[in-house]
Amino acid sequence: MKPPRDLRVVYQETMHELLGQNPDIVLLEADLSSAITTNKIDARFSNRIINCGIQEANMMGVAAGLNVSGLKPYVHSFAPFVSRRAYDQVFLSIGYAKRDVFILGSDGGISTEHNGGTHMSFEDIALMRAIPGSTVLEMSDDIMFEHILKQSLSFKGLTYVRIKRRGMKRLYPEDATFEIGKGNVIKDGCDATIIATGIMLEEVLNAHEQLKAHGIDAAIIDMFSIKPIDKSLLFQYAEKTGLIITAENHNLVGGLFSAVTEALSPHKIAIIDGIGVKESFGQVGLTPYLKETYHLTAEAIVKKVLSYKNH
Amino acid sequence: MKLEHFANDIRLTTLEMLKHKTFGHLGGSMSIVETLSVLYGKHMRVDPQNPTDPLRDYFVLSKGHAGPALYATLALKGFFDKSLLKTLNDDNTTLPSNCDMNITKGIDMTTGSLGQGFSAAVGIAKGLQIQNKNNHVYVIVGDGELNEGQCYEAMMFAVKHKLHNLTVFIDDNKLQLDGFRTDISDTADFKQRFNAFGFHTQTINGHDVHAIDSAINEAKNTKGKPTVIILDTIKGKGIKAFENRADNHHMRFSDHDNTILEETIKALKEGQS
Repeated sequence: MKPPRDLRVVYQETMHELLGQNPDIVLLEADLSSAITTNKIDARFSNRIINCGIQEANMMGVAAGLNVSGLKPYVHSFAPFVSRRAYDQVFLSIGYAKRDVFILGSDGGISTEHNGGTHMSFEDIALMRAIPGSTVLEMSDDIMFEHILKQSLSFKGLTYVRIKRRGMKRLYPEDATFEIGKGNVIKDGCDATIIATGIMLEEVLNAHEQLKAHGIDAAIIDMFSIKPIDKSLLFQYAEKTGLIITAENHNLVGGLFSAVTEALSPHKIAIIDGIGVKESFGQVGLTPYLKETYHLTAEAIVKKVLSYKNH
Repeated sequence: MKLEHFANDIRLTTLEMLKHKTFGHLGGSMSIVETLSVLYGKHMRVDPQNPTDPLRDYFVLSKGHAGPALYATLALKGFFDKSLLKTLNDDNTTLPSNCDMNITKGIDMTTGSLGQGFSAAVGIAKGLQIQNKNNHVYVIVGDGELNEGQCYEAMMFAVKHKLHNLTVFIDDNKLQLDGFRTDISDTADFKQRFNAFGFHTQTINGHDVHAIDSAINEAKNTKGKPTVIILDTIKGKGIKAFENRADNHHMRFSDHDNTILEETIKALKEGQS
């Protein structure tokens, strides 16, 4: 088995391969190509790797125009810059104009670490989810990201994919498959269901072990496809376990918790609660500190589950 | 058809449409009539029977609120039936106030949030350059629209990428919604500004179809850089009583206004070819 790769390397290597296969693919950067390592892609593709400079608004409009001309743009910048910084351009020139554009937001939420509050997006998923017709995904590991990138040529409309550039642990076997709109059951269980994405899955797996010691058999679902969300899987586990807890590296407003609650609200068959960022801006720090600060930890998840199970 | 006559018909048809609706974006529609006449009457390669023909030249009306003038032009060219013009801004119409590529035949880009069409036009031009295609891209931006910072990002990009397949028209009609541009926001000289960015620049009378024709020829023959054609125009051009009025951006016509419109429409009909 190959060792896990950083997700930025997955982007570089997979897009390199896809650029060679498909003459319609164009990559767009806003002066962060070295951060995502697309600057290392073979120079023979340089006419289809456009570094716009520090101009996210124009980059989104250019992406829309490239698609009008018949090309398939892949746009990257840090998560806050492709979302809140250029939101009206993404919303209108891409979303409303029904353009097929793939937007990669790197280091969403606390993953931006040392760049701090200005670069920390706890609302990117909420913003992208609110655009009609959008697809919103958060990647869990390198296997998933490569799989999704290789499917992405057929994606229609606006697709937003959030990744952590470096240091993601391997979660899936190399032959795993992924489908937009389908959640992946990581562990089955009957007492509670914990739903998470991205870096929170590591915490959820730890929480799972701790809950076992309390005699609680929790199911874990990787809901990497936040929109469209897997309603039938949610319904199945809501009915089976009666308790749904979400965990997200994002504001509770508009993210995974909101998506799950919206999907299940008509059914009234489970208690739904979540851990996530509450009414806070970002700040500087390393991941362990930031996880503690925003209560994005296994302990917080366990506490939340037990608060409903120890009645 | 002579370009002057086509311009006359576009102006007439636009005014009939707005008068029928009883309100609309009159001023900024009137100021681009001659440019639309030269583009669609002579220069642009378009096929009304096949609006998305990949061989076509592209047109982006970045000042999307001037949609009525473009709809009149497209109807006169045969992209859709003239009777459709009476549905402007109606419920469920295919002719909204601002241009929408997904519902109107002949519209190449959805516009209305100012500044965004400029970037999209630049993106289309870049895409054609990547594909080694020789289609030309034309975009009209408003002088007020150049308040938007995004325009300057688009300009930088167009020059850096040597997009000589892009021609930008500035409809310099001196007015923005709240009044005269120089009073509100921007007193700088567009020619100097675009020169400084690296554009090939021309300033012409935006109501002289022959000057527009020559300027487009010059733009097409310019290599290695995009062209800007600064159109010295009059907001509300063609209806003397409305010209250059600070309140002509979006008008709701009074009885008196309607009398003026009727007289103008009558005179334009007499000028028809």
